[in-house]
Amino acid sequence: MVEKVLTGITALRSATVGAASSSATVVKPNKTADESASAASAQSRAASPARRGGGIAAAAGKWALYLALPVIVVAVWAIVGARSSSYAMATPQQIVQATVEYAGNGELWLNIAVSIARVLEGFLVAFVAAAVLGVAAGVSRRFERFIDLVMQVLRPIPGIAWIPLAILWFGIGENSKVYIIFIGAFFPMFVNFVDGIKGIDKRYFELGRVYEIPKWRFIRQVVVPAALPQMLTGIRLGLSGAWICVVAAEMIGATSGVGFMLSDGRSMSRPDVVILAMLIIGIVGKLMDDVVEWQRRRIVNWL
Amino acid sequence: MNDGIHGDASDDIIDIRHLTKVFPSEHGPVEALHDVSITLPRGGFTSIIGPSGCGKSTLLRIIGGLDTEYDGTALMDGRPIDGPGRDKGFVFQDHRLLPWFSVRENIRFALPDSRKHDDDLIQENIDLVGLNGFEDALPKQLSGGMSQRVAIARALANRPKILLLDEPFGALDAITKIKLQDQLLRIWQSEGITMVIVTHDIDEAVYLGQTVVVMKPHPGEIKRVEHVDLGTPRSRVGERFNRAKDLIYREFFERDTNS
Repeated sequence: MVEKVLTGITALRSATVGAASSSATVVKPNKTADESASAASAQSRAASPARRGGGIAAAAGKWALYLALPVIVVAVWAIVGARSSSYAMATPQQIVQATVEYAGNGELWLNIAVSIARVLEGFLVAFVAAAVLGVAAGVSRRFERFIDLVMQVLRPIPGIAWIPLAILWFGIGENSKVYIIFIGAFFPMFVNFVDGIKGIDKRYFELGRVYEIPKWRFIRQVVVPAALPQMLTGIRLGLSGAWICVVAAEMIGATSGVGFMLSDGRSMSRPDVVILAMLIIGIVGKLMDDVVEWQRRRIVNWL
Repeated sequence: MNDGIHGDASDDIIDIRHLTKVFPSEHGPVEALHDVSITLPRGGFTSIIGPSGCGKSTLLRIIGGLDTEYDGTALMDGRPIDGPGRDKGFVFQDHRLLPWFSVRENIRFALPDSRKHDDDLIQENIDLVGLNGFEDALPKQLSGGMSQRVAIARALANRPKILLLDEPFGALDAITKIKLQDQLLRIWQSEGITMVIVTHDIDEAVYLGQTVVVMKPHPGEIKRVEHVDLGTPRSRVGERFNRAKDLIYREFFERDTNS
């Protein structure tokens, strides 16, 4: 599943960026004063050794600031938890124990894998739908007008609100979950695909006319790369929308997944398991976001 | 084809007669160009100069085929100009490079499918503007002057019959501007391509143009056509340059105060 997505992204990338700028560009400064100014700016990214030494300290400081709050929260939580005991709350130590327990018997990994697989399934269906409808609406003003009202009314309805209908239509099996994830992923992608295409600098069209660029070549070499940054933002939002919805979908009628782990923890009256599941949802969500953002920066290397 | 008023037809690449261009606006129609007639000699270098609003860019866009809604006639090689194309190179004020393409790919972009894979041709044009070594650089890594040189190389890659430049150096610093003007002159001499530059810089107009077309606004009209002979190579100092400059200065300032 994951592999499929990555190859998909890679294919998208090579299709749009083409042979150009896929590898790191090398600037050889060897010219007149005009060049040396920009050559200097190109080189400024490669810091001198002295600056690199200072960079390590600065980076350590940044990381310390980044991690300070979670450390403080856990410390306060541990101190307060040690002084009072409650069946409704778990201490950090208990959560660590639950993590060891669930990781040991494999349930943790299974639940994460199942949820991610569901997300990717729903996300891919939503991606195809958003690409077809979004590109069509971005290119054709008439088509955008045609579907606009329906999209505007459906968009504010959250994935959770679709759960009852999804169960009536698809039962409580996999299909209803995929459907709810589809809803969560589709709209952010659709909206950003349309805006990404509509927002293309109109001056590029003049360029296309001057050089008599055939329509399909123009779409491939200008329209798609110009819209790509915002389309990738849509993909990022779509993926996080899908992740939010998988949890909601799994809380009803599932026997696996992180959402199931959450509701299962409640029915066992184990707040440690509930909080562990919540942390997993947060961490996996952040990591998925990081991966997409990292890919986005790698693909859109021209900005 | 030619009625004789506009000179020998075989020498003129562009022939514009009684051209009037009206733009609609909130305050009613605005006449951007009023009854403009001009011919441009083949292989010549013409400067069009005037204050903003005089229609000089509109005139250039009509010659380039980017604007085809007007009254009157605009001919290139005796045929009506009915759209842009590779035979009419156009350099915009903004370099308009595609940011996702390297220098090499930006030039490749301009080529028709039949010559798209001609790497020697691409290299030749990069060399022409002195950017060898920067083939793989992205536009974000280039200075403003370098970007505009890529834009010129891209416009020249198809060896157009005419190169139209719309205030191409307007956003550059004075030193870079002078270097690029000299480079452009060198290319004009070596390639023999007809060039037309629109500018609001009197020095630039006089230094580059053999012919300087002075325009005035409201409505946009040709005020005067001045022939400048600075010789070859041109010099930015000395009697000839100053005399030509004075002539154009007077066009702008003396008569304006009378009117």
